[in-house]
Amino acid sequence: MELLSGADMIARFLQDEGVEYIYGYPGGAALHIYDALFRQDKVKHILVRHEQAATHAADGYARAAGKPGVVLVTSGPGATNAVTGIATAYMDSIPMVVLCGQVMSHLIGDDAFQETDIVGVTRPIVKHSFSIRHPSEIPEVLKKAFYLAATGRPGPVVVDIPKDMTAPTERYEYIYPKKIKMRSYNPVTRGHAGQIKKAVELMLKAKRPVFYTGGGVVTGKASEGLTDLVKQLGFPITTTLMGIGSYPQSDRQCLGWLGMHGSYESNMAMHHADLIIAIGARFDDRVTNNTSKFCPTAKIIHVDVDPSSISKTVRADVPIVGPASSVVNEMISLVQGQSISQPEALAEWWQKIDGWRAEREGKLYEPSKPGEVLKPQEVVEALCRVTRGEAYVTTDVGQHQMFAAQYYKFEKPNRLITSGGLGTMGFGFPAAMGIKQNFPDEDVVCVTGEGSFQMMMQELSTCKQYGVGVKIVNLNNASLGMVRQWQDLNYKSRHAQSYMESLPDFHMLIEAYGFTAITVNTLDELEPALERAFANKHELVFLDVKVDPFEHVYPMQVPLGAMRDMLLSKTERT
Amino acid sequence: MRHIISILMENEPGALSRVVGLFSQRNFNIETLNVAPTEDPSLSRLTVTTVGDDRVIEQITKHLNKLIDVVKLVDLTEGNHIERELMLVKVKALGAARDEVKRTVDIFRAQIVDVTPSLYTVQITGDATKLDAFLQAMAPVGILEVARTGVSGIARGDKVLSL
Ligand SMILES: Cc1ncc(C[n+]2csc(CCOP(=O)(O)OP(=O)(O)O)c2C)c(N)n1
Ligand SMILES: [Mg+2]
Repeated sequence: MELLSGADMIARFLQDEGVEYIYGYPGGAALHIYDALFRQDKVKHILVRHEQAATHAADGYARAAGKPGVVLVTSGPGATNAVTGIATAYMDSIPMVVLCGQVMSHLIGDDAFQETDIVGVTRPIVKHSFSIRHPSEIPEVLKKAFYLAATGRPGPVVVDIPKDMTAPTERYEYIYPKKIKMRSYNPVTRGHAGQIKKAVELMLKAKRPVFYTGGGVVTGKASEGLTDLVKQLGFPITTTLMGIGSYPQSDRQCLGWLGMHGSYESNMAMHHADLIIAIGARFDDRVTNNTSKFCPTAKIIHVDVDPSSISKTVRADVPIVGPASSVVNEMISLVQGQSISQPEALAEWWQKIDGWRAEREGKLYEPSKPGEVLKPQEVVEALCRVTRGEAYVTTDVGQHQMFAAQYYKFEKPNRLITSGGLGTMGFGFPAAMGIKQNFPDEDVVCVTGEGSFQMMMQELSTCKQYGVGVKIVNLNNASLGMVRQWQDLNYKSRHAQSYMESLPDFHMLIEAYGFTAITVNTLDELEPALERAFANKHELVFLDVKVDPFEHVYPMQVPLGAMRDMLLSKTERT
Repeated sequence: MRHIISILMENEPGALSRVVGLFSQRNFNIETLNVAPTEDPSLSRLTVTTVGDDRVIEQITKHLNKLIDVVKLVDLTEGNHIERELMLVKVKALGAARDEVKRTVDIFRAQIVDVTPSLYTVQITGDATKLDAFLQAMAPVGILEVARTGVSGIARGDKVLSL
């Protein structure tokens, strides 16, 4: 029998669970755990410079690797600093386990030094949370935390650990629980066969079908199956922002992504469809626009592992509760050997779609002329060329995020890493850091804006400590571009607080940390700078690219309109 | 429409706050709430009455089911059921009103469980409408204090909510 202190149990559990990296920041209530981590060398602890960055780094890792990210913070301010990152992971259904130190049990409720009811604070933004009440519970509670975080619809789990639970003097038996069962938690493992059959029947006789797939396909590891299914049927597919890459974007059947800044052809196809096959997507308001005008002629099949996502905002005609991968595979086996009953209608549908594609060609932005300030869109296009469309691209939030999603062509899932649900400025850089540490031989680039980058730029120091060679492409428009765009459109260009005065000299800032910075002003400087930046995989390089501050993101759905109601440029709308 | 939803959940600290938090977080409405351990001390039974159209009720039950601490639930209003609430009321009982109160208590098959020279404490059980009717009848006499448990319920017949 092995007797361990609570702190040593945590360290041992993380080893036994196969956790390689843990992101955190120490403080009083977590010090026993820190000491236990110090006395072992299997689990590597990455010291960030702000707890929010720890959660984003773990989140980035979780998205890229498809495994839970792990965070360790102290009580009070340590835990509250992690809140934004927990909410970010929650909104995008990302598996994460957050271990929070807490004041000693006998002090809880007394407003003790650095006491925060973090279980209470995070209650609406976690999948579940635990408070440890006895050290002997630790292995089982941690196993439950990892199990809950990663299964069903994934999400963050908080574990609150009072300091006395980790005291080195109290030792209890440690056994790694290989399996866990919870009577109150049984995620579905497959969809209802009858419903799947009904869905396939509708698919086979559809005239104007479109697949609409989301992050659930990515987290549910169903991309391969989905690609097969879509190819077999020959239907068009549009993905959500979170689903980008779950079907190769270079393929003719892929219409890009949909919604507020989605592609013209995606939104038009959705509006005119007679059948929408939604998989792992949640009909979010940034997708549907006005739900009362949403896809007036379509029947809706909705596959989701979370029943509460189905018929939440838009009523499904064929609801299917189940994991994307198993449902898609069952659909494939039903489709095999069958042929669609309306091939002419489908051919006509494709003609229509190709017509929409042709219509928007060249409309959405005008490339810069020699000597002019760069357009952010062409910077992303160049980035895609230089990295051959293979990089992990993280983004912050704003115009640059939309441009990155629109103009980088993603061929694989998990390659666009972005805060879709919460829209958290500051997410991109620490997320890139988390990915790069775990995939050191891949190109990892954060496309950011000068506003967002300044929210988490302290992590340059972390990158310096651990030699993290991420690339940062700062689309520097010297303004909070997305805010400014809304002010142009809705507030007669009254730019209230959307102009970034007193920007730092990014060149000097980056050099202060010992990294390379390259400033780019014109088109002829752009590709050489990108080539230089990506020449060495292990070196952090920051590109400060000066871009046009007057540019807007288009298409843009007209507020309260239907999917098809879009602005295509500053002067044109559908 | 009004619905009565009964929930079996883990008798864990924090479980109740998750249920209550869910209602406020998602803008659902709670009319009454009642909770106590069951014969199995590891389980609590919570009964909530709420109002909403079919879409809202569907969302409420789905989101409740999604809570990790919730083991099982039933919307009692979907079938035949028994609904009960217990209420304790202090009413003025002076002069002629003293007899009047006693008569009304009998009519409602309530009980007087405590007396002072100037007031009666009445205990009454029934569904919510009966309790409301009793309060209405007592209003002219003078209601001093009301304590209601909130609705509890159980399905009629063979249907059982258990593990
Ligand atoms: C933490 C946070 N605060 C505020 C916002 C609101 N917001 C959305 S985009 C944006 C501007 C972002 O500016 P920048 O990073 O420079 O990107 P740009 O739009 O200029 O490309 C703001 C303030 C947000 N999404 N996140
Ligand atoms: Mg900007």
